[in-house]
Amino acid sequence: MPKVEINSVTCKACELCVSNCPKDVLALGSTSNPSGYHFAVVVNQDACIACKMCAVICPDGAIEIYK
Amino acid sequence: MEKIYSRTKGLQAPFTGGFCPGCFHGVISKSVAEVLEEMDLLDRAVCVIGVGCCCICSRYFDFDKMNAPHGRAPAVATGLKHGAPKDTVVFTYQGDGDLASIGIAEIMYAANRGENITIVFVNNSTYGMTGGQMAPTTLIGQKATTSPYGRNVAEHGYPMHMCEVLNQLGAPVFIERVSCDSPAGVLKAKKALQKGFQNQLDGKGFSFIELMSSCPTNWGMTPLESVAFMREHTLKEFEVKNFRDR
Repeated sequence: MPKVEINSVTCKACELCVSNCPKDVLALGSTSNPSGYHFAVVVNQDACIACKMCAVICPDGAIEIYK
Repeated sequence: MEKIYSRTKGLQAPFTGGFCPGCFHGVISKSVAEVLEEMDLLDRAVCVIGVGCCCICSRYFDFDKMNAPHGRAPAVATGLKHGAPKDTVVFTYQGDGDLASIGIAEIMYAANRGENITIVFVNNSTYGMTGGQMAPTTLIGQKATTSPYGRNVAEHGYPMHMCEVLNQLGAPVFIERVSCDSPAGVLKAKKALQKGFQNQLDGKGFSFIELMSSCPTNWGMTPLESVAFMREHTLKEFEVKNFRDR
């Protein structure tokens, strides 16, 4: 089962991962990180196909993928 | 469970970076570091960083780098390439205000001499760090703090296409414009960067890679709006293609 891990501290909530995920696995959360951004969270882990699209587009290198 | 994508060793350990949310500088600097790591060049690469938002990269990159005076990165890289040990990979990382405006003489002559260096040129159509002034690459009609009614051809001239300009010279061996607006574009950009560094290792000569970026902060948009604007307007003016590959 693939797993997406998002670094909640370095995420800046730019939404690029959310908009580029083909399976709608990610969404912006409702809690803020120390910088005040509503960091992205995994909402539908089971649908993840480990395509790495979110990690490739992440400007902050905040996403790591396990398979 | 195996890790199939991790933060590259070419970037320093995770910390909250200096780029604005959604800025493609982050994607591009990460791609450069990933390509260097894949090619096993982290120990012998030197990045000459221009002035502007690209300066923030000096906090990110975990390999040798130096800052050049405004626009003079190709000249500094030329000296570095000639003076450093032969297997050193020297590349510049510059923005459009740095390369296409203040540094136009340096880039033209470095290209015309066919220096064996690689140029990573990030084009976001504005002067980002100084507050969104009009750059040579600003689109016609695009608003900036120094052109509040939009760029006007009669007054300000046309946007400058650096790939096309350099394509008139005889010496460069590789000129390509890529866009980072989607994961597919990022992967293509990484291939172009790899080709640029490989050319240098093979001793072929001057490689120039222009990477299209957005500037959500100074364009006054959200990151997703800026990507939509980029696809609708910027990429029509600046066509993504390979100009030369010898």
